[in-house]
Amino acid sequence: MFDFSAVTTWIHDFLSSFLPGWLTVTAECVLIGVCLLLAYTVLALFYIYYERKVCAFFQCRIGPNRVGPLGLLQSVADAIKMLIKELISLNHIDKFLFALAPYLVILASMLAFAVLPWGNGLQIIDFNIGIFFLIAVSSIGVLGILLAGWSSNNKFTLIGALRSGAQMVSYELSIGLSVLTMVCFAGTMSVGGIVEAQRDLWFIVSGHIPAIIAFIIYLIAGTAETNRGPFDLPEAESELTAGYHTEYSGIHFGFFYLAEYLNLFIVSGVATLLFFGGWMPLHIPGWEGFNTIMDYIPSVLWFIGKAIAISFIIIWFKWTFPRLRIDQMLALEWKYLLPINLCNLVLMVLIIVYGIHL
Amino acid sequence: MADIKEKISRLFPEATFEDGETLLVTIPDAKWHEMAKTLRDDEDLKFDFLVTIVGMDWVETLGAIYYLTSTTHNTHISVKVTTTDRVNPMLHSVADLWAIATIFEREVYDFFGIIFINNPDMRRLFLSIDWKGFPLRKDYDASPETNPVPTDNERQSDFTDTYVELPDGKIEKRQERVFQEDDFVVNIGPQHPATHGVLRFRTAVDGETIKKIDVYMGYIHRGIEKICEQLTYPQTLHFMDRMDYFSAHPYHHCLCMTIEQAAGIEISRRAQVIRVLMDELSRIASHCLFIGTYCMDLGATTMLFYTLRVREQILDIMERTCGARMTFNYECIGGVMQDLDVNFVKDVKELLAVLPANIKEYNKIFTGNVIAKNRLEGVGVLSNEDARSWSITGPSGRASGWACDVRKTDPYSIYGELDFKEIIRHEGDSMARFKVRMEEMEQSAHIIEQLIDNIPEGEICVKVPKVLKLPKGHWFRTVEGCRGTFGVYLESDGTVNPYRLKLVPPCLPLAAVVDHITRGEKIADLITIGGSMDYIVPDMDR
Repeated sequence: MFDFSAVTTWIHDFLSSFLPGWLTVTAECVLIGVCLLLAYTVLALFYIYYERKVCAFFQCRIGPNRVGPLGLLQSVADAIKMLIKELISLNHIDKFLFALAPYLVILASMLAFAVLPWGNGLQIIDFNIGIFFLIAVSSIGVLGILLAGWSSNNKFTLIGALRSGAQMVSYELSIGLSVLTMVCFAGTMSVGGIVEAQRDLWFIVSGHIPAIIAFIIYLIAGTAETNRGPFDLPEAESELTAGYHTEYSGIHFGFFYLAEYLNLFIVSGVATLLFFGGWMPLHIPGWEGFNTIMDYIPSVLWFIGKAIAISFIIIWFKWTFPRLRIDQMLALEWKYLLPINLCNLVLMVLIIVYGIHL
Repeated sequence: MADIKEKISRLFPEATFEDGETLLVTIPDAKWHEMAKTLRDDEDLKFDFLVTIVGMDWVETLGAIYYLTSTTHNTHISVKVTTTDRVNPMLHSVADLWAIATIFEREVYDFFGIIFINNPDMRRLFLSIDWKGFPLRKDYDASPETNPVPTDNERQSDFTDTYVELPDGKIEKRQERVFQEDDFVVNIGPQHPATHGVLRFRTAVDGETIKKIDVYMGYIHRGIEKICEQLTYPQTLHFMDRMDYFSAHPYHHCLCMTIEQAAGIEISRRAQVIRVLMDELSRIASHCLFIGTYCMDLGATTMLFYTLRVREQILDIMERTCGARMTFNYECIGGVMQDLDVNFVKDVKELLAVLPANIKEYNKIFTGNVIAKNRLEGVGVLSNEDARSWSITGPSGRASGWACDVRKTDPYSIYGELDFKEIIRHEGDSMARFKVRMEEMEQSAHIIEQLIDNIPEGEICVKVPKVLKLPKGHWFRTVEGCRGTFGVYLESDGTVNPYRLKLVPPCLPLAAVVDHITRGEKIADLITIGGSMDYIVPDMDR
């Protein structure tokens, strides 16, 4: 299995050979920032195209097929359009907060990128509380949404933001608890450690019943966390036109749009990390030949492939189910998911204590 | 009819009668409210369904004709109330007896300036607040100087006038607030994805809970009734497809039948069969679109495409025969404009072959879905009594357990010979309204099945004089449109133009009742309820 830390170490050695220590760190940070932005953009463009094609497939349509071969350049064209659109300046708004909100949203999803295990050794930062950090930074996003809704000085955006606040705060709980269940199982909060613990078997298999329950809850809560259908109440088109981002135009709107797709990737990425081994190839104990063949597939492909496959399920939800109502959505969280989650946590602990896992 | 007449003349000796297809009772305004109460509550009469109020200007008098139907006895009656005061005409309101009268009376006020005493809300309904004059009066000045095209925003008011009769008989004008002073009012519409056109709901909310809705109409009011007074009878037909554009065929059918009845024209059996076929095809197409857009409103976008697939097929059939995919101008006085397409029978059979599988698929994707059930069941319950009081006809009325299908209660054309079930559900909630439409599609398909192999030969259009003059008189006719009872009131003074052509849209009550059934529900339910009513804005605005 190719270890990317060889590449990163070489770059580090190369830079520090002619640069002083502080400048090396600065240069590396800039380098990582550029790579991150690039990955961010490419993924967002891909996701927009992917969702449109998948949804077209569900709806007996063809989807984008005019710009470039198979419509591949469609999302590039859309991105350019978004960039050159006018930023309409509005009266009667809180200008500073209005401008700040989209950056907060995008910042939250960017920070979350820092701890995703992209590949063997390809991780921006791997520290002992990686998962904790991830949950912490992803909650910044809700602040951006609340600010956007409030600063727009519009009743629709305000209702959208309020819904969003209620929704995100509630579902954060479910996400946190299902993550906690898996952290218990792994015995570490370090992202690298969690991946390493799945070397022989992915958690979804080795953790069996509680892991599967945790995965399902995580998927539901993750869909709600990304504000996607059937939980897209904050931007419920037929009710609130576009919810909290009604008043945004141009690239500011683009940021919300990008963040939505990137959050989709992050949620699927974390699911991959916690349940499907992160970048770890599919290993079956005893099948040495099979395992070796699997190792030949690059770890980056494993990670991104798994994340996209999970995204497919979330996209599938969106294009099948009708939207829930706000009280039903909160009831689902507080009356069903939360108690199930707590019991599941106990079940997982029992399984660990008695060693009934694979 | 004789019993009714006897009974009324016994109770109200002032009443005079005029026999016709529908009994016309004339009563002085002072006795009107009392008589209305008797008409509604008396066990032998039970006229609990106010079909419409037709405002009239007979030059020497202004007045209104109330068309009433008894849903228990299936009898009809019309009542004429007039006033000679043209400067300050006033009649007594019946808003306390039939809830829908609040809206119908506002419409009469808007067009004729007749003030209804005790109506809680006497604002204009369609025209802007500063409009000068009352356009359907015969002495109305239509010159652009009186009502120039406004360059500023329309003036808005949070107040409404009411005219209250004091115990000593004096009329007092009062000003009332539409909303409470500190209400948080959200404007839903006129540009909003869920209002299905330019309709505006001024919604007072408390958090997510709706306190009151003020329905604000008239954004696409084109004055069709006014325009028709200047047109010849065949010309008036062309407006019928600009109202409820999904019910173009039934609406044409209705006006054609009214004019044919007035002119004494007998149309061929072939034309009748073709008309019924088209009515039922458009009913399927309309319900398909309802299901699709309704699911889309609820966030299930994919369903739209599945239902549009069937609708496309119907539109293709229509296109080949009628030459249009929307706003069909197919029925004409004396029959239909052109013969069926050569492949019509084959195409329709193809449609009938795929329809059951599609309906099954819709039920599988949406009706049984647990989220859909949570969103629809028990939401926006409209009781049977309320449905009658608010004149909610069509599928929405039948979902409240009211058998109001004109095809059954008053069979017109060849519907009397056909075998089909009237779908009635008793829950009265949004899910019931959804399911009624789903099942009506099957019944419409069943009607088409009976006719498609038995289209008789014959002429498609009988000879009609080039210049059509109707005899003096008035006629009222209703048909079952895709959304409810559509009616036409036609009054002729013996010339080539109608003296008054009043169109009775089913969608006006459908939109008006939204306030009543959304109170206390969530904002999201407004979309559920409004969508399940399936109103078409051009239809109510005319």
